[in-house]
Amino acid sequence: MKQDSAIRLILLGLAMSSVAALAVITLFIFREGLPIIFRQGPGSFLFGSDWDPGAEPAAFGIFAMIAGTFAVTGGALLLGVPVGLGSAIFLSEFAPRKVATILKPALELLAGIPSVVFGYIGMLVLSPFIRDHIGGSGASVLAGSAILGIMILPTIISISMDTLRSVPRSYREGSFALGATGWQTTWKVTLPAARSGLVAAVILGMGRAVGETMAVIMVTGNTALVPKSPLSPARTLTANIAMQLNAAVGEHREALFACGVVLFVIIMVLNTFANWVAKLGKRA
Amino acid sequence: MIPIVEATGFGVSLAGSSVLRGVHLQVHRGEILSIIGPAGSGKTTFLRCINRLSDLVPGTQVSGTLAVEGRDVFSPGTDVVDLRRRAGMVFAVPNPLPRSIYENIAFGPKLTGIRSRDRLDEIVERTLRASVLWEEVKDRLHTSGTKLSGGQQQRLCLSRTLALDPKVLLLDEPCSGLDPISTAKIEEALQDLKKTLTVVLVTNNVKQAARASDRTAFFLMGEMVEVGETGELFTHPRDKRTNDYISGRFG
Repeated sequence: MKQDSAIRLILLGLAMSSVAALAVITLFIFREGLPIIFRQGPGSFLFGSDWDPGAEPAAFGIFAMIAGTFAVTGGALLLGVPVGLGSAIFLSEFAPRKVATILKPALELLAGIPSVVFGYIGMLVLSPFIRDHIGGSGASVLAGSAILGIMILPTIISISMDTLRSVPRSYREGSFALGATGWQTTWKVTLPAARSGLVAAVILGMGRAVGETMAVIMVTGNTALVPKSPLSPARTLTANIAMQLNAAVGEHREALFACGVVLFVIIMVLNTFANWVAKLGKRA
Repeated sequence: MIPIVEATGFGVSLAGSSVLRGVHLQVHRGEILSIIGPAGSGKTTFLRCINRLSDLVPGTQVSGTLAVEGRDVFSPGTDVVDLRRRAGMVFAVPNPLPRSIYENIAFGPKLTGIRSRDRLDEIVERTLRASVLWEEVKDRLHTSGTKLSGGQQQRLCLSRTLALDPKVLLLDEPCSGLDPISTAKIEEALQDLKKTLTVVLVTNNVKQAARASDRTAFFLMGEMVEVGETGELFTHPRDKRTNDYISGRFG
C-alpha cells in the first residue's frame, strides 16, 4: 500500500511535468508575441501584406506568410489525401493480410525520416525537375506541397487504417450477404461508418503540414510575397520564424513570436476540431 | 424435383485442418431444415459455404460439391453476387447497418438497380410485415436501425434479407441473443415464410429445432451424424450420439 501511494505520487509528478512544459511554452509564446499584435492592431498584423523588419519604420504584416502556409498546406492535402486514403483503403480492405502487415510498418517508417532529408531530396531532385519540366525557378509552392504531401502520408494512412479496421466486421458481412461487391461494401458501408475517423486523419495530417519547417524552408524559395501560382515561391509562418529568429531583436523578435502565436492557434483549432469530429463519430 | 441445396461428399478445411467432412445433405423446397449440434461442429461453416461468405475467410478449401438450385456453388463460373441474393443470410448477432430502418431494407434492392420510390416503399412495408416488425416501426422508418432493441434489430435483418426475394433463407442461430418473446416472433415469421421459400436454420437451441422445423440434421465434430423428420429424430434417433445430444448428455 505504502509503495503504491509512493509510485502514484511519482507518476503524478511525471504527468504534471509534461503538462507543465506545455503550460510554460504556451505562456512564454503568448507573453512574447501578444503585445505587438495588439500594439499594431490584429487587423494590420494578420492582413498586412508588407513584411519588412529592416525598413524605417519596420513593417510587420504576415498575410503573405499566412497565405504561403495555406497554399503549401492546401497543395499538400490535394496530393497527400487521395494517395493516403487510397493506400489506407487498399491496405485495410483489399490487400491480402500478409501484404498489409508488411506494408503498414514500412509506411510508418516514412514518419521516421528526418524532415531535413525530405528537404534535401526536394532541393536536389524535385525543385530542379519542376524548373526544367514545368517552369518557374523550381523553388515553389508546388515543390513544398509535393514534399509535404509525402510527409503527411504516414499520419493519414496510419490513422485511417486504424479507423477502417475498427469498423465492425459484421457490417461488412451484412453487406456482402446482401449481394454487395467488395467495392460497393467499401463505398457504401465501410467508408461512411469510418467517416469521422477519416476526417480526423486528414485534419491531423493538415496539422503536421502546417507545422513542418525544415523541409519547407529548403524547397519553397522563402519569398515573403503572396504566391500567385503553384510555381511562385512562398514563405510559410514556420519558415519565417526559423530563418529570422537568430538575428532578430526588439520588435522584430516580438513579431516572430507573434507568428508563433498565430501558428499555435491554427494548430490548436485543427487538433480540437479533429478530436471533436472523432468523438462525434463514436457517439453515432 | 431438384433439391434447393444439395451437399454431396462436401468437406471444408481451414488452413489445412478439416472442419467439415463428407456431408451428404439435401434441403427440399418449402421446408424448414434445422441444423443442430454442439459448438465447433461445423454448422455455421456449412451455412456460410452455401452463400460463399466463406470467401471472406482466407485459407478456406472445399471438397466434394455443394449446389444451390442445381448449380455448383464453388465452380469458377459462379456469380457470387447473384448467389448471395438467392441465398439470403441472417447472422447470430443482429448487424443492421448504421443507417435508417428504411435504408437498411432498401440497401439490397438499390444495389440491384431498383430506384423507384414507390417500389422501395412497397418492399419496405411488405418485408417488415413479413418479419412481424411493421406495426412497431411504421412511424419511425427513418430513424437509425441500430437504435432498435436486439429483437427488433434481428427482425430488421430478416426484413432486409427478404427484400432481395431469396429462394433460400440461411439463419445462423438467429435467436441466440434474443428473449423468448422476440424468439417467438421470429418463429412465427418463419412459419409464414416457408409458404414461399426454404429455410435452413442453424440453432444451438434443441427445443427451437423441435418446435420450428420440418426436418433436423445433427452435426458433430465436422460430420453429419444423421438427418430426419424432426419428430422422428427427436423421438427415435438412429444414432446413439444424437440421442446423447438431444437428451442433454453433452453440448
